Amino acid sequence: MNPQTPVPVDLPLPLPAPVPVLVAVLLIFFLMHIVFINMMIGGAFLTLWYEIKGRTSRKWDNLAHDLAASITVNKSIAVVLGVGPLLAINTLYTTYFYSANALTGDFWISVIPLVAGAFLLTYLHKYLWHKLPWGLHVGVMALVVAIFAFIPLIFLTQITLMLQPERWTEVRGFWDALQLPNLWVRYAHFILSCPAMIGFMMVWAYRRKPEEDIAEIGIPRAELIRTGWRWAFWPSVLQFIVGPLAWLTLPEVPGPTQGVDAVFALSAVAAAIACALIWLDMKAPDAKVGRGFWPAAGAMLLVIAMMVAGRHMYREAAVGEHRLAVAEKTADFVAASKAARDAAASAAEAVE
Amino acid sequence: MDFPIFHLDALGNRGLIAVIAVLHVLINHGLAVGMMPLVAAMEWYGHKKQDPRWDRLAYRILFFAFLITTTVGALTGVGIWFSVSLVNPYSIGSLIRVFLWGWFIEWLVFITEVVLILCYFLTWKKKAWGGAGDGIGKTRHIRLGFALGFFSWVTMAIIVSILGFMMDPGNWLSNHTLWEGFTNPVYLPQLAFRTPLALAMAGIIAMTLTLFFTRRDDPFRYQALRSVSLFTLMAAPFVLLGGWWYYSVVPETMVQNLAVSMLTLEFVDWHQTLIWGMAGVTLMIALVAQLGVWKPAWVPRPVLLLTLLGIIWITGHFERVREFVRKPYVIGEYMYANGLRVEDYPLYARDGVLAWATYSTPLTEAEKGAIPAGLDLGRVQDGKDVFMITCSRCHTGTGVNAVRNHFARMFGDQPWSPDLTMGYMEFMHEAQPFMPPFPGNQRELEVLAEYLSTFQTNPAAIAGAQVAGVKLRQPDAGTQTASAEEHQ
Repeated sequence: MNPQTPVPVDLPLPLPAPVPVLVAVLLIFFLMHIVFINMMIGGAFLTLWYEIKGRTSRKWDNLAHDLAASITVNKSIAVVLGVGPLLAINTLYTTYFYSANALTGDFWISVIPLVAGAFLLTYLHKYLWHKLPWGLHVGVMALVVAIFAFIPLIFLTQITLMLQPERWTEVRGFWDALQLPNLWVRYAHFILSCPAMIGFMMVWAYRRKPEEDIAEIGIPRAELIRTGWRWAFWPSVLQFIVGPLAWLTLPEVPGPTQGVDAVFALSAVAAAIACALIWLDMKAPDAKVGRGFWPAAGAMLLVIAMMVAGRHMYREAAVGEHRLAVAEKTADFVAASKAARDAAASAAEAVE
Repeated sequence: MDFPIFHLDALGNRGLIAVIAVLHVLINHGLAVGMMPLVAAMEWYGHKKQDPRWDRLAYRILFFAFLITTTVGALTGVGIWFSVSLVNPYSIGSLIRVFLWGWFIEWLVFITEVVLILCYFLTWKKKAWGGAGDGIGKTRHIRLGFALGFFSWVTMAIIVSILGFMMDPGNWLSNHTLWEGFTNPVYLPQLAFRTPLALAMAGIIAMTLTLFFTRRDDPFRYQALRSVSLFTLMAAPFVLLGGWWYYSVVPETMVQNLAVSMLTLEFVDWHQTLIWGMAGVTLMIALVAQLGVWKPAWVPRPVLLLTLLGIIWITGHFERVREFVRKPYVIGEYMYANGLRVEDYPLYARDGVLAWATYSTPLTEAEKGAIPAGLDLGRVQDGKDVFMITCSRCHTGTGVNAVRNHFARMFGDQPWSPDLTMGYMEFMHEAQPFMPPFPGNQRELEVLAEYLSTFQTNPAAIAGAQVAGVKLRQPDAGTQTASAEEHQ
């Protein structure tokens, strides 16, 4: 390990649960959280896009209105599902997570007012549809999109920085941390996944929406489903460029990464299958389009699950060695503290 | 603490937590825990009387509560985690290691609460849920509302245990189990106080909203005001009873801090005036609620708004007092407010805090530039590190609760020489029991005093790790220097 890598003392309290349990909580709930986050951000992107497109054609405005309604529901579920993984990451990676928090603290805490503000704006946008001047209304959603696009950058900076303790003494604040290797390509990887996920949600929703609601939008059901598929398909295809880039630019870590490579390679295969399934369903006749939703969604869920698992394996490879050094120093600290306490107690007894 | 140290020198680190936490408590108590059962009761009453005006009013109030709780309310809840993990990672990290499963269960309840509020709000006007007046659907919807109210209360009931634990861990100190921590002595009394407080707060908010959501010439406005006033009045005596029970279990040492906790140190003599002020606001709440029952038409909007501001002020102040009275600890008898454990103090007294610190928070150019000539930069840097570890969780250099202001009050214009300030800092915890004892060794007290002496002329704000970054402390640098100096 680099001698300039800080090795701090950890909390001298045992973990409150077996590590596999905490890992399971982290991975399972993070997967659920990130899917809803993707849909929330993707929903905002598409709402803005179709509202602008709807300036000349009412049906796209109707679609934008319909998508806007999903943002506020997805955001509530996304936020609440994020608490469990936050709890687990606090427990499993105390030293790493809190250190990264502090080093970019002003931006980390700004997540709270920014997201709260963006959420209020989504309601303003939703409930004042056609009640505000068009430019102002679109401007509100543009602001939401800008905030939603910025927040993942703060999170990605955190989780990138936490895995690189050797850089903690080099980083001077958030803007400096943005230069960490792998960060921007990972950000692109994440941002592309947002329209893909909302595309899946559109297919799911427009397969089952009542006829009268579909008629209200003014776009045939098959066309709505195909629109959803297009949003799921093309960003996913682009991921075949961005994903491998994110994979290949991962910083070298002390632990073994063969398992990580294997999982990421498998996830690429699963992604190819998911894309093929989407393509096949998209090309199906109107009466059958959308029937291939569940196989494609299952394949995509597998892709996300493998990404989450691969990331976890990489995380462990990154901090495993450092964690042992931290545990050793913590044990030294606890022993020294006990010795000092005993000596102080003996001295006090001697005085008495 | 052995993390890079985040520091806000203007607002102060405690100020950051306070702003977020107080906002969250106001929203949680007033718009969720207290409001949801009230809204469900209004819906039930309207259904029972077959009066759609009640339904309309309940829906409007729910709409307001829904918007605020699912945006600012939810985010400030997460914000408490974020802010505490920045300001005192040692305390939140330790709390998580004790209360993980308590928090986990609370999270599951929170998920249930969010799902319920989404269902409750989004199905209100749906035909299948009684939106068209269908009896069976409406009954089911009303039950949903009461279930939402119950789960909102359960989330609070779990979190209050952790707040109680921070004041008095009780038997957990000898037996580190979740159950011992959960059943701390302050838990039930605090819950008994917060529950009616939330109901009363919701009542006042609902009265205010009623004036906005109904017309002056609509007789229903006064009918609704009277009923909501009655609801508020019913909760009021339990606020007093719960408050008395809560006060009776606050540890004796904390009661001594009450005077300071209510105000800043400069205004400590005013606390009697403040108590009268708080009593006045409480009386005003009771009078307004009583007036609402007796003559609802006489309740003017400005008075209700004033009462609402009063209840917000009281609740915010109560949280401030609760935070302060547990000093000098952040977790009663286990961890001091500076994040250092009580049982590690003999080690720090022997080796110094710097000997076990991994990080140094470097002086910025602005900080260095304002250091008077003749001072050793290395010692001033050590002094800053001691300050960051032992003082900065509560104090700033130039902002809220600034050391500069305290020194100016105590020492005036005379030079703040180390000889003058060291004597005070060494024994400050005896004169002011809310202060933790200074944890370090003699050399660290000296370098801290030298660093603080620069505050008299140095206007530069203290930079935390988020601005200045961190450097590695050279192993045992402080201890070695101390040994060398002692040797000479």
